[in-house]
Amino acid sequence: MEVLFYTILTLCALGVLAAVILYFVAQKFRVEEDPRIDEVEKMLPGANCGGCGFAGCHGMADALVKNDDISSLFCPVGGGECMKAVAKYLGKAAAEKEPQVATVRCGGTCEKRPRTSQFDGTKSCAVASALYVGETDCAFGCVGYGDCVEACNFDALHMNPETGMPAVDPDKCVACGACVSACPKHIIELRKKFPKNRAVYVGCVSKDKGAVVMKACKAGCIGCGKCVKTCPFGAITLIDNVAWIDSSKCKLCRKCVNECPTGAIKLVGMDPLPKTPKVAPAKPAAAAAKPATATATPAPVAAKPSAAPVEKPVAAKPAAEKPATSEEKPQTPVQETPAKEAPKAAPAAEKTEEK
Amino acid sequence: MRTFPIGGVHPSANKLSAGKPIEVLPLPDVVNIPLGQHIGAPAVAKVAKGDMVLTGQLIAEAGGFMSANIHSPISGTVTAVGPQVNAQGLRQPMITIKREGDDWVETIDRSETLIKECTLDSKQIIEKIKAAGIVGMGGATFPTHVKLSIPPGKKAEILIINGVECEPYLTSDHRTMLERGEELLVGVTILMKAISVTHAVIGIENNKPDAIAHLQKLAAGYKGVEVMPLQVRYPQGGEKQLIAAVTGRQVPPPPALPIDVGAVVCNASTTVAVYEAVQKNKPLIERVVTITGKSVKNPRNLRTRMGTPISMLLEAGGGIPENTGKIINGGPMMGRAMVNLESPVTKGCSGITVMSGKDAVRREPSQCIKCAKCVAACPMGLEPYLMAKLAQKHGWDSLEENMITSCIECGCCQSSCPSYLPLLDWVRLGKQTVMGRIRARAAAAKAKAEAAKAKETEAEGKK
Amino acid sequence: MANKLIVAPAPHVQSDRSTALIMRDVVIALIPALAVSTYVFGADVLFVTAVSVLACVLFEYLIQKFMVGGPLTINNWSAVVTGVLLAFNLPASIPWWIVVIGALVSIGIAKMTFGGIGKNPFNPALVGRVFLLLAYPVQMTSFPTVEGCDALSGATMLAAVKQGAVGFDALGIRNLLIGTMPGSMGEVAALALLLGFVYLLWRKVITWHIPVTILGTMAVFAFLVAMTRGGGALLWQMPLFHVLAGGALLGSIYMATDYSSSPMTVKGGVIFAFGIGVITMLIRLWGAYPEGMSFAILIMNSVVPLINKYVKPKRFGVK
Repeated sequence: MEVLFYTILTLCALGVLAAVILYFVAQKFRVEEDPRIDEVEKMLPGANCGGCGFAGCHGMADALVKNDDISSLFCPVGGGECMKAVAKYLGKAAAEKEPQVATVRCGGTCEKRPRTSQFDGTKSCAVASALYVGETDCAFGCVGYGDCVEACNFDALHMNPETGMPAVDPDKCVACGACVSACPKHIIELRKKFPKNRAVYVGCVSKDKGAVVMKACKAGCIGCGKCVKTCPFGAITLIDNVAWIDSSKCKLCRKCVNECPTGAIKLVGMDPLPKTPKVAPAKPAAAAAKPATATATPAPVAAKPSAAPVEKPVAAKPAAEKPATSEEKPQTPVQETPAKEAPKAAPAAEKTEEK
Repeated sequence: MRTFPIGGVHPSANKLSAGKPIEVLPLPDVVNIPLGQHIGAPAVAKVAKGDMVLTGQLIAEAGGFMSANIHSPISGTVTAVGPQVNAQGLRQPMITIKREGDDWVETIDRSETLIKECTLDSKQIIEKIKAAGIVGMGGATFPTHVKLSIPPGKKAEILIINGVECEPYLTSDHRTMLERGEELLVGVTILMKAISVTHAVIGIENNKPDAIAHLQKLAAGYKGVEVMPLQVRYPQGGEKQLIAAVTGRQVPPPPALPIDVGAVVCNASTTVAVYEAVQKNKPLIERVVTITGKSVKNPRNLRTRMGTPISMLLEAGGGIPENTGKIINGGPMMGRAMVNLESPVTKGCSGITVMSGKDAVRREPSQCIKCAKCVAACPMGLEPYLMAKLAQKHGWDSLEENMITSCIECGCCQSSCPSYLPLLDWVRLGKQTVMGRIRARAAAAKAKAEAAKAKETEAEGKK
Repeated sequence: MANKLIVAPAPHVQSDRSTALIMRDVVIALIPALAVSTYVFGADVLFVTAVSVLACVLFEYLIQKFMVGGPLTINNWSAVVTGVLLAFNLPASIPWWIVVIGALVSIGIAKMTFGGIGKNPFNPALVGRVFLLLAYPVQMTSFPTVEGCDALSGATMLAAVKQGAVGFDALGIRNLLIGTMPGSMGEVAALALLLGFVYLLWRKVITWHIPVTILGTMAVFAFLVAMTRGGGALLWQMPLFHVLAGGALLGSIYMATDYSSSPMTVKGGVIFAFGIGVITMLIRLWGAYPEGMSFAILIMNSVVPLINKYVKPKRFGVK
């Protein structure tokens, strides 16, 4: 009994002694830090993805607290809401930024872009692209080993085995930009996120001349410039043989989609404009109207009804699948036929989109 | 017998074409001449579409200090100046010339007579080498005139001629040493004069006894020139390894250069090209290329004009074998696999190696067993297993601490790995990234210093 | 040439020595010792070895198949090596079920828990042996008697000497070299083990640094102790005895050189080996156990990550 008593007593004494020592050590070595940093860090999403440019959320919080002007700091994961809350807490002006989504700007699927060599090295885009052109003849397109997928901390990117290319899950993507910097070919771009994940973008970054592009890939931008002329909002520019749609100017009118001869302009989450004129063809020229459906049209549903003159309600269901995955009609040479009809389409559509 | 101090491996030599004398490949009908055939800035084209050019005529001028002139290898009409697909399938600016006969520039002496006397001084020699567009022909393609221009404050003490040719299969240097020994030795004396040294060593691996004996006999007639047999060990032909083997001095890690230990290294074929440039006014428009591989019907050494399509060489070797997997520009240890067989022979192309069947495919990698064979094999004393792992995990700072920039990409680590791990793939990626970071840091520091300076001068101005 | 060209970064040659070949070489190097052991202790040796090898391979297969997943690695012979080495660390008279438990500990705990081949921080066979030594001390230290060594009555030479029952010279050098003495199955046959060492060196499976440093350290240590104990014949008897008796050769040649639990550099290996030599001698001379090789190796195994971190190879061009 006595032994037990002394044992407990000794243990208690040791405990108290240790507590005292620890207290003084903690006092002595305490690091003074603005308590607001911890508070701000708690308000941040805590993904530690580095999308803000700092090593982690703590670094970002530190910068938010210490800088007077925080308008250049933005957490892509938390988005505007989060930044507003932080700014309110700190009494500073928050950065305003529209939500963005990563977009893979390459349409060179297995089917569109034939493989011409076999890569036997480490399956890494960085390794392959440092060595040579890649398994296809296109020096600009997706290499397909998924460096971007590996870089994504949010499970928003996956390789699609059918296309051999990465597909973005726009609902999971937080636009942190990790994939953008991981891609050695720079094909991933952060673009404005439209409601219901709709998008119109040029799915090609090849700076090669048209003939070279066509030889390597059936879905490349050949730099013809038709879309530039068509765009009513001046959102499309053609630099170095490749078109680019400024997502901040784009109104999703989709005219360019029908115009594109190779189907390089991708349409996501919407049906394409009908090909055949609804009323009077206002504009005589334009549009390669071949068996309707632009090769670009991703939504397979659209293939059938597009021939019909009936305008479909554009509010359409967002395509269930990733557009890139949907099978695309192989290009036929008919595109050359001068059967020109203008799909002077849907002003109604535009309105719907703007909402 | 001497060799370098750390690491190294013994890949099977497979010198199939060692006994084949150099033959001349017929002239191609069309050549493509890349403007960037050397390390440094690409050359600037001096001709335009439609121009007539003569063999040996300057068609592109050095585009900076670290760059080299390029001359037409044939005579004919320039049909295009613009991007063409290179061996790696990438587009690169090239000059395309369609051949019409073979008319040489008059000033070039095409006779076989050996001219031993050289009355030019160091500066004139370097000027002539620069004009001839000579670059290192062992594969590194470092402009030779830059190497010979000793920076102020440094002094060359020894000239080392690289006749090692440690890369398996390749025999172009070996044959050049055997067949053009006299020219080589005159070239050595010219180079010695250019960098003002009195001692030159021709390093040759012991598996080429005929070349050693031949050059030793000839070298007796030249003062200060010594032929040194070396142990057979890859990568002895690496500049740093060769200097260490010959002199026992080790070049410090980058950014130090061989000249920091008083050595200038020049490849054997390059030395012959120097002879031709200085004594015969002949620019670098042709070279010896080995076409080889176990499945190649007729492995041989061919004197080839620059810009010749590689498919022509393969044809001369007996056609592309049936089960060909890989066609390598260079040897199997450091050569680059090609995708475009119509790409041209360039100044650094010492051989074409064809790998067939199982040899052409990498074996399935398995887990690292920590056998440390890569560490033992690394001639730079690095830890490839660690660097490969760090590169995969993006540990760039750690990689820099572990001296990844010293890596010479010789491939010893990967070729000795029993687990068949792609060590060098990752190490190379890590090295490129770390070098990029170092450059970015230097640029940032420079910009900062300049900004500070500008501010200072501004403040002074205000005063 | 109908096929697409294959493209890969240099180098385009690979080693003709795969992991499996290396492991097989280790097994080949152990065969002479197995033969001698069978000669000394009888057919039990083969039985115990077979049980150990089969159990190790089976456990690796089962664990990979049903627990950790990933590609199967039993065809790389590493489990066989572990099995043979484990058996070599057991007395020939051990019951088969203890061998199976040892194999489970070796493969299940010491190897697969850490990720399989190349990732185990401790030598799996030794972990198995030490576990059995602590769990079944009686069975692990009862050795079959060997003809011609009646003075030892079933104890190992090390134990007998430690107890003071016999002197260093109780057995002739001939017995020590050939291995006609009680002990674990694989440790007695000094000459056969050395033969395997030569084979491993010739096949470049291991380098000489670790074994030679361990044995050298032990010999020097024993020599110094012999000096304090009066010198004379002891000066050569004691070092020779410590190098040849017990598990010194088996441990230094086959266990300490295990790839994943030894340092990556030669310099690190020498430090590691020196530590093993010293600790072994300390345990042998002043510890509770007559033999300290396995403990010494395991202790130094734990230092290997630290050695790898701080002992770097000689870099080219750095003074």
